Amino acid sequence: MEHLIPQLSIFVLACFVGYYVVWSVTPALHTPLMAVTNAISSVIIVGALVAASAATGGSETSKWLGLGAVVLASVNIFGGFAVTQRMLGMYKKKERKAEAK
Amino acid sequence: MTEVIATTPAWVMLAYLVAGVLFILALRGLSSPETSQQGNRFGMIGMGIAVATTLIVHGVGLPLIIGAVAIGGGIGFVIARRIAMTAMPQLVAGFHSLVGLAAVLVAIAAYMNPGAFGILNPDGQDIATASKIEMGLGVAIGAITFSGSIIAFLKLNGNMGGAPIMLPGRHIINLSLLAAILILVGVFGLQTPLLFTMIVVASLAIGFLLIIPIGGADMPVVVSMLNSYSGWAAAAMGFTLQNTAMIITGALVGSSGAILSYIMCRAMNRSFISVIAGGFGGDAAVAGGAAAEARPYKRGSAEDAAFVMKNAESVIIVPGYGMAVSQAQHALREMGDLLKKEGVSVKYAIHPVAGRMPGHMNVLLAEANVPYDEVFELEDINGEFAQCDVAFVIGANDVTNPLAKTDKTSPIYGMPVLDVEKAKTVLFVKRSMGGAGYAGVDNPVFYMDNTMMLLADAKKMVEAINKDLG
Repeated sequence: MEHLIPQLSIFVLACFVGYYVVWSVTPALHTPLMAVTNAISSVIIVGALVAASAATGGSETSKWLGLGAVVLASVNIFGGFAVTQRMLGMYKKKERKAEAK
Repeated sequence: MTEVIATTPAWVMLAYLVAGVLFILALRGLSSPETSQQGNRFGMIGMGIAVATTLIVHGVGLPLIIGAVAIGGGIGFVIARRIAMTAMPQLVAGFHSLVGLAAVLVAIAAYMNPGAFGILNPDGQDIATASKIEMGLGVAIGAITFSGSIIAFLKLNGNMGGAPIMLPGRHIINLSLLAAILILVGVFGLQTPLLFTMIVVASLAIGFLLIIPIGGADMPVVVSMLNSYSGWAAAAMGFTLQNTAMIITGALVGSSGAILSYIMCRAMNRSFISVIAGGFGGDAAVAGGAAAEARPYKRGSAEDAAFVMKNAESVIIVPGYGMAVSQAQHALREMGDLLKKEGVSVKYAIHPVAGRMPGHMNVLLAEANVPYDEVFELEDINGEFAQCDVAFVIGANDVTNPLAKTDKTSPIYGMPVLDVEKAKTVLFVKRSMGGAGYAGVDNPVFYMDNTMMLLADAKKMVEAINKDLG
């Protein structure tokens, strides 16, 4: 049980950080926000890698499940960041304002 | 089977913490379009650190793993490059389902090989009870995210009708399933593979049942909610694996999705519960349309519209889902350019729930090269309709309905709306007079003296207007 407390502290504080950071996101960027949160939630690949690289002592099935999860999470990571970058690249200011700066 | 928590080196924990902080910065960057691309790069670096750290600790260079990343990454990259911007809602829903499925697979793998994850009791015999409960939660949320997102994807992609599918007694079924899942997770400490399987099956079922009764127009809430779930799934797995990066990310994504759901519900003046209960928002709601059909309205042509706008000083364009359906955003931007050449001031007004996901209209306008400082949110522009000459409504309906302000019996009463009726002239592009908006409510704006109905496909109408302007 003791290891749970520091983790819970991190979790609760991160929820608060998330709350304030997300409210400061401009509504115009809510779609890229969803795309990028989707990409970073694929950090679950860490667990997939652990399962896939457990070479000895583990079960074969567990390893293949891990590999499957690595593939899925990779689709998300590359796809999510790439599509976010593509969207963000489209948001442009008025040209004459850019010149005035 | 001797790996224990205490053996995790300090630098590894620090590396995961750094990854978590970089993810926070990625979201922070989105507070303005100028800083957003930098933010996205922070996110990529964070992911790189998390993956590299894991590979170093758990054995690098396994060709199978590199192959798996290459296959998945290649597929993801190609999809991201090719996908049409109008298809973004279904893409995001599809990606959520992958996160959910990955969480389920990881949980099963951890269950089968707990030694590798360092979650065995000190005696090395059994999985620690706390870990089992966390794992149960993770697999349950992951499975709900997976099956729910698949349904959302099919609905958004048009493989499945947008209309709500109502099962008799669905609230009872859902509540009992939810109770069953909670009990199963709670007693999962008893540990049998059968319990684990039951959690997965019940969760898949509830995800499916939760989303099928929800109609097309409520999709912005659903997509946000599934976004949130994918975060909580990652957080629960982070607890199981005792991984800081996963816990931080899960909390960020979870709260992000929850806030977006809240913003969407507020913009429709509906409670989250009523959206989730479903049944509202079929694509083809017709109630109330029949009685009103006889009312007279003015119909205009593209030529009339071009003439009115050319002679206006200011035009506010109000896009909605119809613009996305007919892919009219490029033609619309051209219209804006032509009008600006005539000296007309052009602005865009975006309602938070216009489209099928939060920010949907903004992305489409950005794709069509509309500068983002011409695009305004509801609160920022609503006061300007009274002074503007023309409100050009294209593919939006309920978000402009003044009944939301006056008619207490209306299903959309209390929803914040754009005050288009205050403009000197309203040009309303609509496919036909027949179908009302998703709420099935007639819109009095159609029948006002200063409204001109432009009945045609949005894109064709705008192209015709452009011809007359050019």
